[in-house]
Amino acid sequence: MATAQAVPADGVMRAADGTPLKTALARAERRERLKALGLVLPLFAFIVLSFVVPILVMLYNSVYDPDVAENMPQTVQALQAWDGRELPPEEVFAAFVADLQEAQKNKQAALIGKRLNYEISGIRSKVTTTARKVGALAEGPYREAVIAIDKVWGDIDTWATIKRSSSDWTPFYILSMLDLRQGPDGSIEHMPADRSIYKDILVRTLGISLLVTAMTLVLGYPVAYMLATSPQKTASILMIFVLLPFWTSLLVRTTAWMILMQDGGVFTQMLNFSGITFLMNMLGVIDGEPQLFKTRFATVVAMTHIQLPFTLLPIYSVMKTISPNYMRAAKSLGGTPFYSFLRVYMPQTLPGVAAGCLLTFILCLGYYITPALVGGPTDQMISGFIERAINSENNWGKASALGVILLTATLILYYVYNKLVGIDRMKLG
Amino acid sequence: MKKFATLFGAALLAGTALYAVKAQAADELTITSWGGAYQESQRNAFFKPFIDAGNKITEAEYNGEIAKIRAMVEAKAVTWDVVDVDTQTALAGCAEGTFETIDWAKLGLDRAKFIGGDVTDCAVPNILYSTVAAYDTTKTEAPASLFEALFDTTKYPGKRALQKSPFVNLEWALMADGVAPADVYKVLGTDEGVDRAFKKLDTIKKDVVWWESGAQGPQLLADGQVVFATSWNGRFYNAIKTDNKPFKIIWDFQAPDWDWWAIPKGTPKIEEAYRFITFASDPQRMADQTKWISYGPANKDAAPKIDPAILPDLPSAPDNLKTVFYPDPQFWGDKGDELRERFNAWLAQ
Repeated sequence: MATAQAVPADGVMRAADGTPLKTALARAERRERLKALGLVLPLFAFIVLSFVVPILVMLYNSVYDPDVAENMPQTVQALQAWDGRELPPEEVFAAFVADLQEAQKNKQAALIGKRLNYEISGIRSKVTTTARKVGALAEGPYREAVIAIDKVWGDIDTWATIKRSSSDWTPFYILSMLDLRQGPDGSIEHMPADRSIYKDILVRTLGISLLVTAMTLVLGYPVAYMLATSPQKTASILMIFVLLPFWTSLLVRTTAWMILMQDGGVFTQMLNFSGITFLMNMLGVIDGEPQLFKTRFATVVAMTHIQLPFTLLPIYSVMKTISPNYMRAAKSLGGTPFYSFLRVYMPQTLPGVAAGCLLTFILCLGYYITPALVGGPTDQMISGFIERAINSENNWGKASALGVILLTATLILYYVYNKLVGIDRMKLG
Repeated sequence: MKKFATLFGAALLAGTALYAVKAQAADELTITSWGGAYQESQRNAFFKPFIDAGNKITEAEYNGEIAKIRAMVEAKAVTWDVVDVDTQTALAGCAEGTFETIDWAKLGLDRAKFIGGDVTDCAVPNILYSTVAAYDTTKTEAPASLFEALFDTTKYPGKRALQKSPFVNLEWALMADGVAPADVYKVLGTDEGVDRAFKKLDTIKKDVVWWESGAQGPQLLADGQVVFATSWNGRFYNAIKTDNKPFKIIWDFQAPDWDWWAIPKGTPKIEEAYRFITFASDPQRMADQTKWISYGPANKDAAPKIDPAILPDLPSAPDNLKTVFYPDPQFWGDKGDELRERFNAWLAQ
C-alpha cells in the first residue's frame, strides 16, 4: 500500500501549505486576472474618459435645459398654479416684471429671449425690448402695462410655452431635430416649412454615405482583385498607388479636389477640350460650362476618392487568403469563369466586403470638412450643422440633439447590418 | 522599468514645457480681428507700434461670429482680450452682457470726438467701412445699378459672391424687389417682409457663391469664379491698389457701418486692453491706418491728418454717397439671431 494518500481523509485536496487546493487555485487565477486587468486598464480608462463620458454628456445636454427655470424663478413659481385656460392672473405678471427687472440688471434678458425664441420665432427681440422697458414700471397693476409694451404677452400660447419650458428637462431639442415641436397644448406637431430642414439633412447624410460606399465598392473591388492575384512585384507597385493617397492628409486631398473642380479648372477644361461640354449642351443636359465645384457631384467624387482605400484594403486582405485552388477546382468541374467567380470566389470575399463597406459607411456619416469645402450649401452633412450649432449659434442643446440623432441612426443601421450580414462574419484580414 | 521611467520623465518634461508656453501667453494681450488686408492695416498702424512700445500681442482672427465670444464669456474662459466687432455685434453683446461697459474716463478719450461714440456703451468706434459690390472691368460691362448687377442674371449670367449672412443681403433683396429704402426695416420687421426678401434671394440662389471671410470676395473675383462679388470696400481697395486688380467698386447702395473695439466681459487683462484701445485711438495712428486700407477713422481729430489722396476711396466721399443705404444696427442687434437662423435654414433647403 502506498503511504501517501491521493485524497485526504476529509476529501479536500490541499496545497503544500495546507490551504485547500481549490482556494489556492482561485487565488492564483485571481492574481492573473488582476494583472491582465491592469494591462487593459489604461485603455479602458481612456475609452471611458474620451468616449463614454462625452457621449453621456451629449445625451444629457440634449434634454437638459435650465435657462428659463434659472432666470425666471418667480414667474415659473407663479405659473405653477395657472390652469392655462385664460390669461395668467396679475401675480404672474408681477412675478414676470420682477424677474425681467432682475434679468435686465444681470444682463440675462437676452438669454431668456434666446431660449424662448427657439420655440416662438421672433420673441427674442420682444423679450429684450420688454426687459428694457419694465424698468420704468415701479408699481402695479402690471398685467395691462406689460401687454401694452408688446401684445405677445397677451397671448395665452406665450405663457403656455414659458410654463412648458420651465422644467429643467425638455424634449424640445430632440423633437426639433426631427422637424417636430410641441404645440401650445403640449401635443406634437410639425415644424413650419421654413424651419424644417433636419429630416432632409439626415436623409441627405445617409444618402451621400450610401452612395459613396457603393462607389468605393464598385471601384475598389476589381482593383483589390487585381492586387490580390497579380504577381508579387506588380502587386507591390500597384499597392503604392493605393497607399500613397491613403497616407496623404484628408485636408490636402480635399483641397486638391477644390483646385481640380473649380470653375474653369482642370476638370472643366478637360470636359471642354474633349467635346463633352459641347455634347452635353447639345443634349440639353447643361447650359454653358459645366458646374462641378460646390455641387453634390464634387462632394461624392472627393469623398469616394478619400474613402476608397478604407473599402479596398479589407477586401484585398481577405482576397489574399483565398487559395487559387478553389477557382481551379471550380473550373475543372466545368464552371465558366463568370459562374465560378460568382459561386465560388465572391462568396468567400463577402466578409471583407462587409467590413470595408461598414467602415466606409460609418466614417462617411461623420464627414464634415470635405462637404464644407467642395460641396454647396445643400450638400452639407449633419456634422457640418453640429459644427455650426456650436461655433456660430452657441446652441449646445441643438448640437447635442443632432449628435444623438446621428448616433441613434448609426446604431439602428448597425443593428440592421448585423442582422443581415452578421458582425461575427466580418473579417478585416 | 527603466524605459517606463524615461517615458514618464519625457511626459513630465513635455507637460512642463506646455505649461511654460501657457504661462508665457498669460502676459500677452490677445487681439482678435477680421483677418486679411484689414488686420494687416491694423498690424501696421497699431499692433507693431504697440509691440515696439514694449507690449506683447497675440493676434487671432474670426469672421464676426458673436457666438464664439458668447461661448467664452458664458464658459468664463475668456481668451480674447480685445475684439474688433461690427455694430450689430456691439449692440447685441452689450444688451446681453457679453462685453464690458467702456469707461471713457479710464481711456482718457473724449467720447464726443468719436463719430457714433454714443451708439453703444460697450465699445469704442474705430473705423467706418462699407459693404459694397465690385466687378472686374476687363470681363464685365459696367452695370446700371447695384440691383441689376446682383439680381439680373439674364443680362449678367454667371455667379455672384455674397456674404454668408443675412446682413445687408436681405435689405438689398427687398430694395431690388421695389421696397423704398426708407421702408426697408418696417417691411423686414414683419414675417411677410422676411418671406419677401428670401423669395427675392431665391431667384439668384443657384447663382450665388457664399463667402465667409472678407478676403474671399476679391479672391473669387480675381479667379474669375464670379461676375460680381460683395465685400467690404477696403478689401477691394487693397486688391486694386496693392495687387493691381482691374476691379471697380459699385458705390450704388453701399451699406456703411462701424467697426469697434470691444472687451469681452471677464478678461483677466482688462487694464492692458484699455491701454491698447487708448493707444489705437490716437488720431495720428488712426490716420496712418488709411495708408493701408480705405476705411475712415472714427476719431474726428484724425480727419485732418489723412493723406488727401485716399479721400475719394473712403465710403464717406461725396461721390460715393449718392445712393447710400444706412443699415439699422439696432434692428440687427435685436433680430440678428432670428434672421441668421432663418437664413441658415434657407441655405440648407
